[in-house]
Amino acid sequence: MAQPRSAAEIGALYQELILDHYRRPRNKGTLEKADASAEVKNPLCGDEIGLQVAFDGDCVCDLKFSGRGCAISQASASMMTQLVKGKKTEEIDAIWKQFRDLMIGAESDADEAQLGPLRALSGVARFPARVKCALLAWNALESALALRSV
Amino acid sequence: MKLRPDSEFPADLKLRADFPLLVNNPDLHYLDSAATSQKPRVVLDALRDFYETANANPHRGAYALSVRATECYHQARVRIAEFLGVVDSDCLIFTRGTTEGLNLVASAWGMANVASGDEIVVTAMDHHANFVPWQVLAMRRGAKFRVCELTPDGKIDLDFLAGLLNERTKIVAFSHVSNALGTINPIAEIARLVREKTGAILVCDGAQSAPHFPVSFDSLGVDFYAFSGHKMLGPMGIGGLIGKREMLEAMSPYQTGGDMIEFVHDDRTTWNVLPHKFEAGTPNAANAVGLAAAVEYLDNIGMDRVRSHERALMSAAQKRLEAIDGLRIYGPPASERSGVLSFTLGDVHPHDLATILDGEGVCIRAGHHCAQPLMRRLDVPATARASFYVYNDESDIEALVAGILKAREIFGYAPV
Repeated sequence: MAQPRSAAEIGALYQELILDHYRRPRNKGTLEKADASAEVKNPLCGDEIGLQVAFDGDCVCDLKFSGRGCAISQASASMMTQLVKGKKTEEIDAIWKQFRDLMIGAESDADEAQLGPLRALSGVARFPARVKCALLAWNALESALALRSV
Repeated sequence: MKLRPDSEFPADLKLRADFPLLVNNPDLHYLDSAATSQKPRVVLDALRDFYETANANPHRGAYALSVRATECYHQARVRIAEFLGVVDSDCLIFTRGTTEGLNLVASAWGMANVASGDEIVVTAMDHHANFVPWQVLAMRRGAKFRVCELTPDGKIDLDFLAGLLNERTKIVAFSHVSNALGTINPIAEIARLVREKTGAILVCDGAQSAPHFPVSFDSLGVDFYAFSGHKMLGPMGIGGLIGKREMLEAMSPYQTGGDMIEFVHDDRTTWNVLPHKFEAGTPNAANAVGLAAAVEYLDNIGMDRVRSHERALMSAAQKRLEAIDGLRIYGPPASERSGVLSFTLGDVHPHDLATILDGEGVCIRAGHHCAQPLMRRLDVPATARASFYVYNDESDIEALVAGILKAREIFGYAPV
């Protein structure tokens, strides 16, 4: 039956780092020249993320996001851009897979360190209703990378 | 409805013990009744009793059990019609809920009576269920779809409405009570305006009024009124559409199939009489019986008392919330609202607020409340909404306030 969340779970969800990225988002804005862009929306809650990506070979050399939404979706977008900037697409794929596993609570052998600031989002896994918020920016990135590979 | 001072409305109902889900979850503070209500034991018992003692396909069998099922279904209709002030109970069509009732009118009346160049009017506060069916109808018929604007405090702008109405207006659809803001709309005034200036039909979304105060269809002055059972202590999947007999009789069926026919020939079919003409297929008899038990329960409390209980809780909650720095309440003054409080807190997104409140055992709705056109006009992506009903009491308000303060503590204060 309905089980209220513990204060510890709520605390783990809204860590200082998440609130910091929510209030002071990194890489927010628009790129002057983008190679690929994508926009995703969550019609349930109205959260929106727009993403612009610039490539240098198979490396994401720059990216910016725009949009609005809850602390989880906006912090996740900010942290994601911080983490993937300068990385090769295959490295990004590996991080994306690992982050997805973290969100759905799946076992992973990969080194958690490579998730960098995204580890702060690990508490989201305990809130199934909020997992989609954390994944929104990644869905945009996946679309942008797919556009690139066509 | 007449407005009286707050002091006349005591919050004195103590009904939590009648609701098994609330009894099983003693720490739960359920403040999302505008989305769906909890169900009292008498409703759950009525459902079980129907299946254990009367279950058969109504209107079909020649045997006693089917006759009993038919009788239960019929009596449920009569009881619910009585609750909503409908003398001619054949004019109450059972539907899955408000959404289906509104779609029924849009389809059966709208497709036959709206032509290219005609106009359909809705309001900016309408729920998507009372917005999209008319928008789609307008597109299908080449009619003009017009949206009535609101006043800054979230009421229908009657001057704006008057300006929209003309001889081409065929349908005016509006909600009796806004699900997102709780605004109680002046239905008599709207009806008078529309009748004065147009020959349009008036369609009223009653999803948020039937559960919360006395409603008498025969004196509302509208042509159609749709409501949902699950928001008024009844089961999910049952609701109704009430219409004027002459209009329902003139309309073609909405869906076709069993039960709604009279004679089926190879080349043509004739229709059954009201209400069966609009109830194709095996009816949801058990849930109709459940809803009848719900209205019986509400009548035993008294709808005036339901209203006064909610109003008292709402005023008390409003006072407490207004005192919280950075908290903004949307909509008209408390006296002009049903038991709905729509609010935002500084730059805390309503979804984060709802998650933190969930941590305190408080269930509220966060989002656009299926009213995106309204949210756009309020210039917010979402609001948090607490809504009250008969089983709520002051402890729910305490928990709500404590949860909001907790969110303030976690997020700190950053005004927008």
